[in-house]
Amino acid sequence: MTHVITVPPSLDDFSFEQVLEQVAKLPDDAKLLVDARHARWASPYGLTALLALAQTRAERPTLAVPELEETLSYWARAAFFQHAESVYDLTGSYPKRRDAGESNVLLEITPIAKSDDVHDVVGRVQEQAQRIIKTELKLESKAIIGFAMTLSEICQNIIEHAGRGGWVAVQSYRWTKRLGRRVVVIAVCDAGLGFRRSLESMPGHLPSARWDDAAALEEAVIRGVSRFRDRGRGQGLAGARNYVGRWNGKLSVRSGTARISIVPSWDDDVPLAEGLSPFPGAQVQVIIPEAVPGGGSER
Amino acid sequence: MMNHIDVSSVLRQTLACDLYSNLVTRTTGAAVRTQIEQLVSESRERALTVIDFSQVSMIDFSCADEIVAKLLMRYASDDAPQNAYFLFRGVSDDHWDAIETVLERHGLALALEDDGRVRVVGVLTDDERRAWEATYRIGPADADEVAFATGSDTAHAREALDALCRRRLVMQVDGHYVAVGDRHG
Repeated sequence: MTHVITVPPSLDDFSFEQVLEQVAKLPDDAKLLVDARHARWASPYGLTALLALAQTRAERPTLAVPELEETLSYWARAAFFQHAESVYDLTGSYPKRRDAGESNVLLEITPIAKSDDVHDVVGRVQEQAQRIIKTELKLESKAIIGFAMTLSEICQNIIEHAGRGGWVAVQSYRWTKRLGRRVVVIAVCDAGLGFRRSLESMPGHLPSARWDDAAALEEAVIRGVSRFRDRGRGQGLAGARNYVGRWNGKLSVRSGTARISIVPSWDDDVPLAEGLSPFPGAQVQVIIPEAVPGGGSER
Repeated sequence: MMNHIDVSSVLRQTLACDLYSNLVTRTTGAAVRTQIEQLVSESRERALTVIDFSQVSMIDFSCADEIVAKLLMRYASDDAPQNAYFLFRGVSDDHWDAIETVLERHGLALALEDDGRVRVVGVLTDDERRAWEATYRIGPADADEVAFATGSDTAHAREALDALCRRRLVMQVDGHYVAVGDRHG
């Protein structure tokens, strides 16, 4: 029996939870048809998380592609179908080649599995990030290097901890609905070990009385704890946290059944969400907004 | 004797690729540091090595930890492979965030050449910083001279200078203390 999972029309980090809620009711080996026919828009998080979702399934799922031409074209430009072909059986008609039109995709969906992939990603994104951060987000040039560092560190999280490959995507767009300003968004999703299992593999790890996905996220994201004994470890996410704080951005990290966020004043998300539908691995999103006119970066 | 290591050249050799000028990932950092250690090991006892970042576009935290922090920690440890000193050059604002973060994380300091002048940056006690600055300013000196220059007593100055020697920020040459980066070194 095939179970239909409905993809919401607007797919982002929040609405992706609706997808996971539907999947959570089903056994791992259930055959899924992920129905994206009515999807109209997807954030980089939505697209990379859809790919990671397929990795969690014992049986290869089917994805019904969007019907709307404009959506198909964007998903194709983001290289979604190119990667979806490797993890889903695709139904419906979709562009086989990415057109080279005007695009706000800074980095199309790119697999991350090894150190060289991170070099490639950072190298490819640098020039465009410079233009977008300075001219569109109107941030100081200092923000450019920090952006590349943050991107690098979040991608490395997959290599160091996931135990399997994941995906990264970077995009800039005007976030009319929630912010009314331009943003640049990094999404990095994997379906690997996740933070709790990674920290549990630390030599001599003794779980506290309250040890769960939320506690593991607090350890890793807030306290910079890593499974490695090396004191130098755990700086990557701390660096990302500092970067978003400096530029009034948002960092959210989801793993297992919890999501922890560094929430800026412009957002009304909760710092810690617990009891979410389970999703293996780690899903990270960084949002850097355009500076407020006359107000620097609203710091 | 002074060696010069262009980190971007080491990076290209390490990756066997001319396309990348970014120091990113822990794996890359570890490989670059290994190569730097190899080059340092080829020099004679008490070598001063310039680690030149001029041609490096960016460095992330993981790479800074592997290259800068671990290099400094190894040669300042009790079982250091040799008597090596490091002077960092070409460190721009673009590199500084990552380097400063790892220095603070590990309580380290380094000698940094900037516009032809050398200064120490990172985590130092006030006594160490004053002693280093005095030593750099006056050139090769003994503890009495540094004490005089810093307005402290000899025992205090010697303690700070010995700590700086252990941290590879000051060398002992012919019974004198010489700041790393001093032209007499």
